[in-house]
Amino acid sequence: MGKIGLITWREYITRVRKKSFLIMTILGPLLIAAFYGVIIYLAVSDGIGKETERILVYDQANVLKKSVESDDKMAFEYSEGWEDRNHERLSEDGYAGWLYIPEGINKYDPKGIVYESDKSVSIESKERIKSRISSVFSNQKMKELGVSASAMDSIKTRVSIAAQTIGESGEAKDSNIEIRTILGMVLSFAIYFFIFLYGVQVMKGVIEEKTNRIVEIIVSSVKPFQLMMGKVFGLALVGLTQIVIWIVLSMIFIGVITTGVLGDSNALMEMAQSAQDMPVDQMTNGMSMAQDTMLDKIRDLNFPFIITTFVVFFLGGYLMYSALFAAVGAAVDSETDTQQFMLPITLPLVFAIAISTSVVMRDPNGPLSFWLSMIPLTSPVVMMVRAPLLNAATQWWEVALSMGILVVSFVFVIWLAGKIYRTGILMYGKKPTYKELYKWLFYKS
Amino acid sequence: MAFLEINNVTKGYEGHLAIKELNFSIPKGSIYGLLGPNGAGKTTLIRIINQITAADSGDVIFDGERLHPKHVERIGYLPEERGLYKKMKVLEQIVYFGRLKNLSRKESEKRALHWLGKFELLDWKYKKIEELSKGMAQKVQFILTVLHEPELIILDEPFSGFDPVNTELIKEEIKQLRDEGATIIFSTHRMESVEEICDYVGMINLSTKVLEGSVVEVRNSFKTNSYEVRFKGDIDAVSIVPTTIGKPDALGYAELQFNIDERQSKQLIDQLNTHGEISEFKQSLPSIKDIFIQKVEEGKHG
Repeated sequence: MGKIGLITWREYITRVRKKSFLIMTILGPLLIAAFYGVIIYLAVSDGIGKETERILVYDQANVLKKSVESDDKMAFEYSEGWEDRNHERLSEDGYAGWLYIPEGINKYDPKGIVYESDKSVSIESKERIKSRISSVFSNQKMKELGVSASAMDSIKTRVSIAAQTIGESGEAKDSNIEIRTILGMVLSFAIYFFIFLYGVQVMKGVIEEKTNRIVEIIVSSVKPFQLMMGKVFGLALVGLTQIVIWIVLSMIFIGVITTGVLGDSNALMEMAQSAQDMPVDQMTNGMSMAQDTMLDKIRDLNFPFIITTFVVFFLGGYLMYSALFAAVGAAVDSETDTQQFMLPITLPLVFAIAISTSVVMRDPNGPLSFWLSMIPLTSPVVMMVRAPLLNAATQWWEVALSMGILVVSFVFVIWLAGKIYRTGILMYGKKPTYKELYKWLFYKS
Repeated sequence: MAFLEINNVTKGYEGHLAIKELNFSIPKGSIYGLLGPNGAGKTTLIRIINQITAADSGDVIFDGERLHPKHVERIGYLPEERGLYKKMKVLEQIVYFGRLKNLSRKESEKRALHWLGKFELLDWKYKKIEELSKGMAQKVQFILTVLHEPELIILDEPFSGFDPVNTELIKEEIKQLRDEGATIIFSTHRMESVEEICDYVGMINLSTKVLEGSVVEVRNSFKTNSYEVRFKGDIDAVSIVPTTIGKPDALGYAELQFNIDERQSKQLIDQLNTHGEISEFKQSLPSIKDIFIQKVEEGKHG
């Protein structure tokens, strides 16, 4: 075993043996799921504990005919005159604001509507009021034009399109855009979290060695570069172990659920029957059909392509970023000093994930998506969103090119980080500036 | 024969020279005291020998060859700032560092157990470093410095953190390692220990060498013609006048000092013998500490 191997082994074994590793391996996914669950819940539920906005309407023209739609988000109440237009009374009575429809308003060109509130008005509230009033007007106009309610409903048409991708042999296949997009997001988030969590671990490890001066003994036996690489590889292995454990656990989990449910299908049917008075065969047919198409869609994905892409970008991105984190760790004396150097490292990563969830997801083949998946600092995250959506038969070269760029740049970045690391780990007691880091690149070793 | 030669070694850091054209010659199988006040450049020199940093110019000759990365296996280094992995167990840690010096796992473990036994630490081998007392951790650090039986051992302030009992223990180990053929560089600013265990000394002040030689030579070269005598008898009858006369002790002996050159010393002994009894007669040599202080002061004024 070479010296890098020996250092890798130590980094790996001392971390995996800790209780915290086991706890994090089990709790980690739960925490992340809970974190995103809460975010999604908050976004969907549109603000918890938000009270219904009550709006007092003075419809001087009486055009609304008290028919504005009210619901639990916004309720409209009506007043008969000006005397209620008193800000103190508004808030005392719990109104959010006061809506004034002036006399002589033209519903074909409504102007002069005023909404007053003693608080600043949110865009959301303003848009909601606008859309409710405009729907009142358009309904009225429809009626005037003699369109019946049923005809109005039938105007709304839902169109569904089966998006298909043409494969290598020319045949068209279902694209399953939704599944592919979700898969891409999950994988790129995995890369993002992994780079962050383990990159910071690398940095902390370097700072620990530096502050308790072990580094002097180690670099009297091995080259600083070997030490840095051993640390980076060791943590990569820790992360891979964690991922393997997650995969095995989730397989066991899925296995238990499916065998548990299917193996005891009688119980399931009885349960279904008692719950709903529905013919058993009809229900199970429906269920298995839905299951089959879902499984078919998943089977349809080009797994060798996606997995290869994932592994390459996962490792490439991690190696590049963790080398940078190691350099930061070497440059500072304590964790509190890391801020100024962390920003330029974390910025492209955060940018990549933000762009991925918006632009790249919506337009995976657009020019911005293409270029961001070529730039090595953003490519691991961005390419991973794109990969499941790409057509492996015709767009493989994009992935190959991006991989090539990534490999070249991580070799370069590791070399660069190695130079800073080498000088930094033996420097104590002074906070370096970027200018100094630049000088370190040219120091004789 | 010199085991390690430092030839014209210079190293600078942005704007200032840490060491300037140093020349040292460290004889094989000796304990060599590398002395100098804080910031004189000792650590820089040690780092160059350890190949942690490279010199800007000059050569280091290790056992007849130009210093090369392959030599690290033959060097053991105990840095002044001690550090161990706190969460790692004692035995595991020693074995790990042994393997970093290219020892096999088996051999590392065998030697580690031997040393742990020697230092009465066997009961602690499965304990984490953070559970040890400071002195015990220092012993572990010493073990991993010498585990691979290095031919050159560099000890930077090896006694800091040890109580007097353990200091003696380590001193004996150092002497034994020398007797077994190792060359030891012993960097310190604690002078009492230098005269006791060093064979040679070299001193750096303000980045440059100020003196070098065997302890005896160095002390002799700084001698002032001063003699210390314990004498009982009629001092007034002696023609050479002492510079100071002490009070006689219970047995009647008084301490006297004479400033005379060596030619006069024989004459003095003869006279003292005729007029009384001598219980002690010695040329007083300055201690390494005195020389050190003198050199540092000279540096400040020169």
